[in-house]
Amino acid sequence: MDEILEILEKDSRISPEQIAKLTKKNVKNVKAAIKKYEKDGVIVKYKTIINKELVKKDDNEVRALIEVNIVPQKDVGFDSIAERIYKFPEVTSCYLLSGTYDLLLVVEGKNLHTVSNFVAEKLSPMPNVRGTVTHFLLKKYKEDSVILKHKEDDKRIAISY
Amino acid sequence: MKSFVSKITKQLKSSGIREFFDLVLGMKEVISLGVGEPDFVTPWQITEAGIYSLEQGFTSYTSNKGLYKLRLGISKYLYKNYKLDYCPDDEILITVGVSEALDLALRAIINPGDKVIIPIPSYVSYGPVTELAGGRPVYIDTTKTNFKLSPKDLLKNIDSKTKAVILNYPTNPTGVTYTKDELMEFNRIVSKKEILCITDEVYGDLSYDFEHIPFATLKGAKKHTLYLNGFSKSYAMTGWRVGFACGPKDLISAMTKIHQYTIMCVSSTSQWASYEALHSGRKSVDQMKLEYKRRREFVYNVFNSMGLNCVKPQGAFYCFVSIKSTGLSSVEFSKRLLKQYKVAVVPGVAFGDNAEGYIRVSYAENFEKLKEALNRITEFVAKIKNKN
Repeated sequence: MDEILEILEKDSRISPEQIAKLTKKNVKNVKAAIKKYEKDGVIVKYKTIINKELVKKDDNEVRALIEVNIVPQKDVGFDSIAERIYKFPEVTSCYLLSGTYDLLLVVEGKNLHTVSNFVAEKLSPMPNVRGTVTHFLLKKYKEDSVILKHKEDDKRIAISY
Repeated sequence: MKSFVSKITKQLKSSGIREFFDLVLGMKEVISLGVGEPDFVTPWQITEAGIYSLEQGFTSYTSNKGLYKLRLGISKYLYKNYKLDYCPDDEILITVGVSEALDLALRAIINPGDKVIIPIPSYVSYGPVTELAGGRPVYIDTTKTNFKLSPKDLLKNIDSKTKAVILNYPTNPTGVTYTKDELMEFNRIVSKKEILCITDEVYGDLSYDFEHIPFATLKGAKKHTLYLNGFSKSYAMTGWRVGFACGPKDLISAMTKIHQYTIMCVSSTSQWASYEALHSGRKSVDQMKLEYKRRREFVYNVFNSMGLNCVKPQGAFYCFVSIKSTGLSSVEFSKRLLKQYKVAVVPGVAFGDNAEGYIRVSYAENFEKLKEALNRITEFVAKIKNKN
């Protein structure tokens, strides 16, 4: 992967000027490359990883992983039914997997009730959906390679040879 | 009161910047660019292997020379990467970091009054350890030759009492390193004058502009080279304290003799972890190296834009920056920077009397902190220059 993408993947707030200094590239070229990546859809979005457990909130957001078994359709396989499912705003991620079930969804809702409702009223009744298994997420330890823990202090002594 | 301290220890010069170190250690919320070790923690699979070895009950002594498996691993690694052929039975010794290996080497080779050549600025222990072994350090000033030892200077300083030269590259504190051609020139001299070349190559994996060349790989060099390396810097394993020495059988055997009476063997947990490092740690080394390389570009550029000169470092994780234009001594500069801007660096004089007017800046610090520290240094330097 291009160095620029690698750096941005770790820190999307870094400026093109800083990327240029880190990579010994020309600032103009870095800017142009980023623009092209954005245009081509290589860079899809800049987002922030938030440790929601540390955010005080009234409405406890609930997340669930849902395994979905589906009957593939002629010609389009899984794609068409997957599309019908992932277009629901409650579905934040959708993957096609090998193994005992076909789709893995990540679904978010305001509370247990909304997620259950989504499964019972929208997902399960869909034609081609053979069955679902819902796992509610209890705790997040690590997400997108980031360990969700308070930053630990530097354990090195402050000065050494 | 009667003092029990030996003459030789009394005569050892104590570090002139101890007071500065204490000042740093006593202050809170300092961003320290004065640390001589990686900011990464040991890759987890390596730590996990150490834990597993404890669970399995590997808590006893190992062979004096070190775990055979680890020596074999090192032997294979050196052969695979550099075509460097050391026999795990009698040409490799596992030590408590490169520091112990160096101490053993000097004690094993020095007869009273023998000279050891040390290019300075250098890592702090070379001179004192030479003196403790009964030798005489011969310091060669490299400040006029871009911090690189010049073959001419090396040749000029060798006489009948010269036993060895210590070559550390990539170099702490300057970050410079040597190309194959430069090393070949040293090799010709060392070979002709029949002295030992002790190479401290602990930063060998952190060479950014060209492939690191172990001295022992040069034609005919193996017989007069003692190759020292360790796991501390490349695998972020400083606290585990594992190094190794590879060299001629008689020398390794002599070093082992001292090692068995003094250290016995390196911590077995650390040796098992190091064994794992050789197996699965390379990817982590490459990732860390890439990160250091990027930071090097950044730091070097920022100092240039501040108007402070520094020789572009090609390895390790240090920039050795000239602060002469500020008119301050290296200790004064570092003290003021610490007190006024809460950034710590190491005054150059720590690494040799000839390194007055320089500071060592370590970029083994995460990018956010590095940026912040450099912003503060920029402000500090601008303030001083405006006053002048």
